[in-house]
Amino acid sequence: MKSATPNRREFLCVVAGCAAAASSGSCGDLTHSGFFQDRFRELSRAEIDQVLIRLEREHSERFGKECTVTATEPREDVEFGYALDISRCIGCRRCVQACVEENNQSRSPELQWIRVLEMDERHGIDFHYAEPYYDPEQVPQDGYFYLPVACQHCKNPPCVKSCPVGATWQEDDGIVVVDYDWCIGCRCCMAACPYGARHFNWKTPGISAEEVNPDMHYLGNRPRPVGVVEKCTFCIQRTREGRYPACVEICPVGARKFGNLLDPDSELRYVLEQKRVFVLKAELNTQPRFYYFMG
Amino acid sequence: MATFRLFARFTSGSLRLITSGNRTYWIWIAVLSVLSLAGLWEYFVQLRDGLITTSLRDQAAWGFYIGNFTFLVGIAAAAVMLVVPAYLYNWRPIKEIVVYGQLLAISAAICCILFVLVDIGRPERLWHLLPSLGHLNIPTSLLGWDVIFLNSYLLLNFGIVTYLLFNMFRRREPNQRLFMTMVWFSIPAALAIRTITAFLYLGLVSRPFWNSAILAPRCIAAAFCSGPAVMLVVMQVLQKYSSFHISREAIWKIAELMAYFIGVNLFLFGAEVFKEYYSATEHLIYMEYMFTGVDGHNAIVPWMWTSVISSVLAFVILLRRKFRENPITLNLGCALIFLGVYLEKSMGTVVPGMTPDVLGEIYEYVPSRSEIVITVGILAMGAMIFTLMVKIANPILHGEFHVNLRPGGTATPKSKDGTSATSGGCYAQGGSAEQLENPALSHFQTLP
Repeated sequence: MKSATPNRREFLCVVAGCAAAASSGSCGDLTHSGFFQDRFRELSRAEIDQVLIRLEREHSERFGKECTVTATEPREDVEFGYALDISRCIGCRRCVQACVEENNQSRSPELQWIRVLEMDERHGIDFHYAEPYYDPEQVPQDGYFYLPVACQHCKNPPCVKSCPVGATWQEDDGIVVVDYDWCIGCRCCMAACPYGARHFNWKTPGISAEEVNPDMHYLGNRPRPVGVVEKCTFCIQRTREGRYPACVEICPVGARKFGNLLDPDSELRYVLEQKRVFVLKAELNTQPRFYYFMG
Repeated sequence: MATFRLFARFTSGSLRLITSGNRTYWIWIAVLSVLSLAGLWEYFVQLRDGLITTSLRDQAAWGFYIGNFTFLVGIAAAAVMLVVPAYLYNWRPIKEIVVYGQLLAISAAICCILFVLVDIGRPERLWHLLPSLGHLNIPTSLLGWDVIFLNSYLLLNFGIVTYLLFNMFRRREPNQRLFMTMVWFSIPAALAIRTITAFLYLGLVSRPFWNSAILAPRCIAAAFCSGPAVMLVVMQVLQKYSSFHISREAIWKIAELMAYFIGVNLFLFGAEVFKEYYSATEHLIYMEYMFTGVDGHNAIVPWMWTSVISSVLAFVILLRRKFRENPITLNLGCALIFLGVYLEKSMGTVVPGMTPDVLGEIYEYVPSRSEIVITVGILAMGAMIFTLMVKIANPILHGEFHVNLRPGGTATPKSKDGTSATSGGCYAQGGSAEQLENPALSHFQTLP
């Protein structure tokens, strides 16, 4: 695909009516003005840098504060995994809030990447008895346990398979990402996802300057346009810099564990080796990298 | 160059044909234009505000648009039921009407493409689907395949019809090889669009209601009963309002085939219902949502029962030859099977597949006003395209518009008067003297 890029670029330049610029091998701002921008996966490092500069400028102007947009690449020998202790989770939904704040989700209309389900203890993990809109005075409630669900970052992701334009894919460190500038908004991936992890921007996302997190990643928490799909990215802007995801940091009971599946000394590997672990909907062979366990 | 000039005359004559007509014609065009414009306006609002104007949400990401798309793929594919007897078996009664079946397929395929277009969040990025310019994610994406095959099918049918009509216009024999090659490709393409659209659903492991191997055969059976139902009704209307003629043999044959496919469709559906209710696994809930409702959510239940009862009644009626040959019971059967399949294949496929959603939540999807207006607008556009194409095809097929004749008074299809009825009747019985002299027409009757 790489080799096709220059031709495509030239063609787009011609379409854009700057044939002269095309002949000189570059058509300046136009190809990077969003509309004519190529798929992120096919951009060269130099092109990515140009795109990042443009995005930083746009977001800084929009929110009136200094925003940085990175495109930090996956690290060698890292494959991220996640484990969640459902015997500890109290259903406080602080993770949901931290996630919204960290990842610049739309506040109006509300959009959340994590869905915490109140599960009836008598029925175990049966989604027919799951209640996402629980609202008691206090949590946890007797007779219930809590099951937070977000993107499972499957090794065999049905969403990636279904995308007609290749706007979503799995990175080398296992994170399933979306190119918000390439997604056409057909929502095949949402139909394909068995975990309800993908969310669509039915309306222009509403987020104010005070609320916006200025530390952004191209494939992560940069503000999204209307009409595209978004989802959990394991806080790509943090985890690729060696930090924990926001949900892990905020969890008041330490139910959330995150780490490198390839590192035998990681806490995550300890959990996988020592605890009773399960994944959601194992029968679908999606092979999640998100494990649940009972401590 | 001569061909080019002839084609220019063909085009300008066609334009003249579609801009002249009687009162009924203009009222019909006006109604369709108003509905299309209303749909267009709502679409602009949807573009401005986002898909929030629909009732679609994360829990039910597809709805009325994709449902109508799914149903109309069947109507588009059903033209093959006429193409095979007409061009492959050379059966006269069907051969006389096959072009109209293809015109219907073209209109339906255009509607399908429009339904996908309005469902998309970023239509200005559609070029991302173009191979080499964008990135078409095949072989894994079934929507990718659907885009390829729907467009190919549309182009093939458009090519076949235009080529045939243009040659009849210039009174030349079409190139057999070229013509039959296009016909041969259009047959598997028809089955492919229906199969791939079914696979688009079937391939989703997350939705047990769709993840069933008989979904594609079911869709094809349904297409072969709803498609002919639409054709039969449309052709009777055409016969009433234009010089178009369809022989009784053709109507009866189509109705007979339709009756068998209703039987197959009901059998396959019954197999699916049995499997779910007898095994009663957790996947039964989608069937239950369809037939009895779940936890008091039952918006779709009356529609699904209407669908089943209509289909069964249509089967009972159309299975009997006596009823098929009676125009009243025939049309009743057509209306019932259309209703039955429309409800089953549009909302009845999409909604229960997504309700409850993958995490068990029940969001009752009911299309918004905006979705309904846009849908009606698209259907009106389809009807308009069909009308205009028939307006051109009719006089050509009847030898009233060709290279030696300016499309004036006689070329304009009128409401059924003495002349057109006679000429139509003669054509069906072997052609009047004038029609036998028309080499294009006689050729058309002996194709291939």
